[in-house]
Amino acid sequence: MKQFFAALIIAATATPLIAGENIKSFKLANGMEAVVIEDQRSPVVVNMVWYRAGAADEPRGKSGIAHLLEHLLFKGTDELEPGEFSKIVAANGGSDNAFTAKDYTAYFQRVAADRLELMIKMESDRMRDLRITEEDVFTERDVVLEERSQRTDSDPGALFGEQRTAAQFLNHPYGIPTIGWRHEASTLTRADALAFYETYYAPNNAILVVAGDVVAADVQALAEKYFGPLKASADLPVRQRVTEPPQLAERRLKFADERVAQPYVTRSYLAPERNAGDQKDAAALTILAELLGGSSQTSFLGKRLQFDEQIAVYSSAFYSGQSLDKTTFGLVVVPDEGVTLQQAEDAMDRVLAEFLEQPVDQEQMGRIKQQIKASEIYGRDSLRGQANAYGSALTQGLTIADVDAWPDVLSAVTEEDIKAAAIKVFDRRQAVTGWLMRTGVDQ
Amino acid sequence: MRLFITALSALILLPAVAIAIEIQEVKTKGGLTAWLVQESSIPFVSIDIQFSGGASLDLPGKRGATNLMVGLLEEGTGDMDARDFAAATEGLAASFGFDASNDSISISAKMLTENRDQAVALLRRALIAPRFDQVSIDRVKSQVKSIIVSDLKDPDKIASRAFSAAAFGDHPYGSSINGTEAELAALTRDDLITAQKNAMARDRVFIGASGDISPDELAQLLDDLLGDLPATGSPMPTQATYQLTGGVSVIPYETPQSVAVFGHEGIKRDDDDFFAAYILNHVLGGAGFESRMMNEVREKRGLTYGIGTYLYPLDYGELYIGQVASSNDRMAEVIQVVTEEWARMAESGLTAEELSAAKTFLTGAYPLRFDGNSRIAGILTGMQATGLDITYPETRNDKVNAVTQQDIARVAKRILRPEDLRFVIVGQPEGVENTD
Repeated sequence: MKQFFAALIIAATATPLIAGENIKSFKLANGMEAVVIEDQRSPVVVNMVWYRAGAADEPRGKSGIAHLLEHLLFKGTDELEPGEFSKIVAANGGSDNAFTAKDYTAYFQRVAADRLELMIKMESDRMRDLRITEEDVFTERDVVLEERSQRTDSDPGALFGEQRTAAQFLNHPYGIPTIGWRHEASTLTRADALAFYETYYAPNNAILVVAGDVVAADVQALAEKYFGPLKASADLPVRQRVTEPPQLAERRLKFADERVAQPYVTRSYLAPERNAGDQKDAAALTILAELLGGSSQTSFLGKRLQFDEQIAVYSSAFYSGQSLDKTTFGLVVVPDEGVTLQQAEDAMDRVLAEFLEQPVDQEQMGRIKQQIKASEIYGRDSLRGQANAYGSALTQGLTIADVDAWPDVLSAVTEEDIKAAAIKVFDRRQAVTGWLMRTGVDQ
Repeated sequence: MRLFITALSALILLPAVAIAIEIQEVKTKGGLTAWLVQESSIPFVSIDIQFSGGASLDLPGKRGATNLMVGLLEEGTGDMDARDFAAATEGLAASFGFDASNDSISISAKMLTENRDQAVALLRRALIAPRFDQVSIDRVKSQVKSIIVSDLKDPDKIASRAFSAAAFGDHPYGSSINGTEAELAALTRDDLITAQKNAMARDRVFIGASGDISPDELAQLLDDLLGDLPATGSPMPTQATYQLTGGVSVIPYETPQSVAVFGHEGIKRDDDDFFAAYILNHVLGGAGFESRMMNEVREKRGLTYGIGTYLYPLDYGELYIGQVASSNDRMAEVIQVVTEEWARMAESGLTAEELSAAKTFLTGAYPLRFDGNSRIAGILTGMQATGLDITYPETRNDKVNAVTQQDIARVAKRILRPEDLRFVIVGQPEGVENTD
């Protein structure tokens, strides 16, 4: 029984590992990049447009504008009525949606491969010709506030996560929630949305990713036809966010809420991310997370805390190296009945220290590397997964070559790399430790 | 087969694409039947195995036994404990999923071609000879208990549990497959052995496979994997009787946003009117952004982030339900709009344009489902469990297209009953009162 708590703590966006032979790429004269993943198994195509603009690119005080704008992109253009975009996709048997993260905003359709031209045409239309009214913005702002109520304010775990992330970043905008702080998101205007749109929605800030039953040359012809005529933005800002000052003091949070059923302790450490041509540290941290807390049954934390001692009902370590700027390495322990949060945290630290003292379990390393190899095979089964892998990488400072090299970089990680990465990352001065508690229950 | 659609606008001129898969029926020497889509371009296979009956086969007083048993299948077999079993699985880079629901137990496996025999042997041991040792039982019990406790604090879960309990009473559908804390605590090792014997038998198994495997290889694999399971299990569950009346139930809970589950009795999957009902629901609340509910409640009024309605045909009872979340001060308006839309649809059905658009979407989207081995294996199992024919993918779109506006109008009157709508609301909705 292993996946019960998977959704409890983090929504890990694992990107599949993929090999490169069926991957083609090109760039238009106006600066728009494109990646094509050819897969002829089903007559289906996933069409995505990724913008190098996310919540961490928002102006101060306008939190949530990247996400609100994402909603508004379905409202209409000079050629389409509000709602018509999705209506046309549906009329073609397709489905469409969009998502916003700290580093990117992405729009996608999943549709029969012979409808690709229509999808590309409509995406090119809304890249530059959005038309929205004040009323559209106010109604959609209400929707977003309901979304915040549903996904964040109704979930003490999500509120706790928001507070911890804010504490983790002293200066960098990663500390601000993507959906926006309520007091800011509730005052966003049409002018705010259009300012963000005009700044960032341009071909030289976008990446087209097409996966499925297509030929790269055909996709290129369509891209030239529809995106080609769009004018590049002349004043696209350089993507340089403010950086963190030295973090010199551990932050500790206790968050209590009446609605908490299952208390837990979690800690995140500031950690390096994958960088173009330089993914070694991130690879070591990725394997470290697997060894420490990847599998409930065989990882170091899982074995110690859930099997040798009945301290935890669940434990995990997690790290996602894909991020434009600094990221975090996280640990979580959900205590078993009768175990306090203090005891759980002490046990977590004790086991962490043990891990650093002992040699790495070579059999476990072997199993992890076997799984990495296999995930290249399994990863090819999902068009969406493959398209996401390239789209997110290219909006987070990586190149296609980095994506293709990643499995090899992971495979080359040694015990020494892991230990060195662990010692460097487990610096309590750069950590946030949080206790999620039930109001009135002594922990 | 190619289907042609009516154009909605100048932009839309393309026909629905043909179904690109070929399903083979595989009969094993041991008497099992499986459906297979052989696709060898990626060297792995997905296999989906489903045992009907599922957690509804829990014996009286033993609620939670089937779910706990399924949770323990991967916790060790023979001389391997949970850690050994997980290590062996991870070493082969295989993945085994074990899941229980009210109607079935499902096992989904992904295995690399290069070590498939070893992976099958490992999974076989888990199914044939699970250890159910006390240490594992205690550990998994504490995990399930943690879920039970969490569900009691989750507004969505509170609402759907309350609705099911009131709708189905003492039938297993009326309670959680996890059991209550007390029921869970009382379960013994013998209860788990009985639960497995009752539920995991060859007389109720459906199998779908997709990927890099030939029919002969699959037949041999399945006999190896399942041949030693009991031939027959316990009698299937009894029919559930729908017991709820129209009205509003408020369950007070301190939260900024109320959650509502609403609905009434539904329609059986094998009902002749099911396709008409399916299209009807698609337009009412099944179509995501394109549905009337989303349009009225979200797009026009901004009252919610999402609202959906669902035909929910279980094997032994059926619901027509919906779900929505809205701020406490706006829930009263949501209830009003939902009820009005329910009544409007019951009275006048669909417009010709709506029917045409729904058909275009449903027939166009159907072939796109068959994408990826894991998805296909699951679809194949689901089709068999639902009693569909192996040629169903070829005829399904014709059935959708055959539905007329008159059919819809008749079925709308039959299945939508606004006076029977029950809203179960968890939160502090303003101006909303209990009706009973």
